[in-house]
Amino acid sequence: MFSLEGSLDLPLIWFGLLVTALFLYVLLDGFDLGVGILFPFAPSDECKDRMMNSIAPFWDGNETWLVLSGGGLFAAFPLAYAILMPALYMPVILMLLGLIFRGVAFEFRFKAVKSRFVWDYSFHFGSIVAAFMQGMILGAFVKGVQVEGRSFAGHPFDWLNAYSFMTGVALLFGYALLGATWLVMKTDAITQDWARKCASYVLGYVGVFMGIVSISMPIMNAGVRDLWFTLPNFFYLLPVPLATVALFIFIWRDLHKGVENRPFFLSIGVFLMGYLGLGISLWPWLVPFAVTFRQAAAAATSQSFLLVGTLVILPVVLTYTAFCYYVFRGKASHEGYY
Amino acid sequence: MIEHLDPVLLSRIQFAFTLSFHIFFPAFTIGLASWLAVLEWRWLKTGDTVYAVIYRMWVKIFAVTFGMGVVSGVVMSFQFGTNWSAFSDKAGNILGPLLGYEVLSAFFLEASFLGVMLFGWNRVSRRMHFAATVIVAVGTLISAFWILSANSWMQTPQGFRIAENGLLYPTNWLQIIFSPSFPYRFVHMITAAYLTTAFVAGGIGAFYLRAGRHIREARVMLGMAMIMAIFVAPMQLLFGDMHGLNTFIHQPAKVAAIEGLWETQRGAPLNLFGWPDQEEETTKHAVEIPKLSSLILTHDLNGEVKGLKAWPKDLRPPVLWVFWSFRFMVGIGILMILTGVTALVLYFKKRLFETKWFQYWCTAMTPAGFAAVLAGWFVTEIGRQPYIIQGVMRTKEAVSPVQGLPVAISIGAFVLTYAVVFGAGGYYIIKLIRKGPETEPDVYGSHGVKGPALITDLVSQEEGQHV
Repeated sequence: MFSLEGSLDLPLIWFGLLVTALFLYVLLDGFDLGVGILFPFAPSDECKDRMMNSIAPFWDGNETWLVLSGGGLFAAFPLAYAILMPALYMPVILMLLGLIFRGVAFEFRFKAVKSRFVWDYSFHFGSIVAAFMQGMILGAFVKGVQVEGRSFAGHPFDWLNAYSFMTGVALLFGYALLGATWLVMKTDAITQDWARKCASYVLGYVGVFMGIVSISMPIMNAGVRDLWFTLPNFFYLLPVPLATVALFIFIWRDLHKGVENRPFFLSIGVFLMGYLGLGISLWPWLVPFAVTFRQAAAAATSQSFLLVGTLVILPVVLTYTAFCYYVFRGKASHEGYY
Repeated sequence: MIEHLDPVLLSRIQFAFTLSFHIFFPAFTIGLASWLAVLEWRWLKTGDTVYAVIYRMWVKIFAVTFGMGVVSGVVMSFQFGTNWSAFSDKAGNILGPLLGYEVLSAFFLEASFLGVMLFGWNRVSRRMHFAATVIVAVGTLISAFWILSANSWMQTPQGFRIAENGLLYPTNWLQIIFSPSFPYRFVHMITAAYLTTAFVAGGIGAFYLRAGRHIREARVMLGMAMIMAIFVAPMQLLFGDMHGLNTFIHQPAKVAAIEGLWETQRGAPLNLFGWPDQEEETTKHAVEIPKLSSLILTHDLNGEVKGLKAWPKDLRPPVLWVFWSFRFMVGIGILMILTGVTALVLYFKKRLFETKWFQYWCTAMTPAGFAAVLAGWFVTEIGRQPYIIQGVMRTKEAVSPVQGLPVAISIGAFVLTYAVVFGAGGYYIIKLIRKGPETEPDVYGSHGVKGPALITDLVSQEEGQHV
């Protein structure tokens, strides 16, 4: 049977692909969800139309990265998928329900006349629930999952605690930052001014929450503490927090100087640093702190079979995704709805 | 009370509910995407704006349907893990890559080019827009290919081995992708999707004709739909029959349930109607046609057909559901064929577009395809019970280590959400249909945008539409 096991470290490659796919999801749907979180606070209906228009051509493709992350986990690490999904049963279902209300609002709101406000709320609260649940999933994930044999052995409400609540709120602010800086880039006039204010407002909260998470993880887990606070690791890893601080300063300055495009990309940098920090802390666990990515790996032939297709198709996907962003480049309009 | 909530039963109900809702959307969008591609092609080829007008009307309905299909589909991709984690663990090596290929090769394609299709009218050339429509249509077919491949493998598994640890390992990917039931299921389902769309389009066309509105567009809709009914509906009967023969070889218990046949016999009769009784192991009040079952299934009047008693009681599917779902599906198929025959007769009498009662009939047939698709999936999915992977894994062994209460709550949440969201979606689709095609040329895209969705540069400025 065909397998690339002898020549490639398949579990490592798939782990890399999976965390990349998930990161792309967090960034891409992050700004969509962020726009949804900020939506009702927009200064006018015209602004709302612009905001919606700035993401309408993209949201579906962005959400597909979530499906790829879920499908990729199932394909490459079925054991982790089979443990994590039951462990996170309720937050995953709630996230999906949130995404339903968010997703249908794009089409429904332009078909509705009198009931448009219903779909505005559906968009807003759907985005909030989806983002908040993703944050809670993150919190439950870093606190660890109870496993016996090959399945989840904890309580259905293990995911629900003060810590995961905090990470839920943290991600709301994180996505709001991405959404606001996206709007600074894709809109102009009063929408842009308002988005700029939002961005500098949530920026502070993002900093506070990133600080809390960074301090709490080493306190909660001895392994994480040893990893970050022993020499010489401490100095190797120091660039991550330092770069984060630098990024915050640059975003702040850009927002106050009126720079349009860079804050969005710098916010991506903030997410990248947070993601890196988490990744370094949790390495090599795929189900913290019970199953590593190597233990969860699918059969080598399965990973090989999908890898061949992925290496061919993924560059194509990235190319036409870039093409679509190029087609819809420029500032969003509020123009001409019936 | 809470400890009596059975997570297996509840997970079955939840999966059946969410999947039954989901299947409506792909069943419609597969056909609609291909039809839109044909319409746009006719428009580019002939320059006749009637096709563009019809396209613009249906692309809005497509957008609403596609949006609902996406959100209900995302739910499916997580439910394998949330509710059937033992199954995911055991069969992940095989089914994971198939679903992975579906996401990579189809979902991204559809999602990305849908944006161009809906909002790209003034931002890309006409040819590029047509290409986007074709790509979306092809994407829906690729998606159907992979998901039906995965489903077919679960019905007729091959190309794997069971390791000592109980997990399944692939041994031959071609055998897995092209399992014995796959070609038949694929052709049968795609044809079903095309017919579903045809009867919707035809029904709406007939509705406009009856009301005396949008006559030109309505004639094209009804005419194109009737071409499908005349040629494709009879073909579907043939495909279905071939699929059934394939099932007879690989899943004989399902066929026995379809037939409501309990005793293994030579020269088995065909039960036209009846009431299969699982407890008493008999089909009551059966209306039989002697020897026909043997003739259809074995092409021999005295061929042997296995009855349900050949399997132990706990390995038989719920017969009543399978038996009646099958008759419902076939019944609708026959009505579709009769519609095609009638249309042909009326066409030669030159009264296809003028006959009032036929317009009523076609309007009544609008939802026929959906009902048939759902009934067909009931036949094949209930018919393979008690197995989730035929002969390899029972459904009750597949469930997650979740408790009944969370599943009961999630079912309630899904029912409520789907009722509100898809109820509203249905309402907006009906509103779009009532409104009908719009002939003013500057309204385009699913959001009815009068100018380009996003301001940029040259194109809109040159045309003086810069805002």
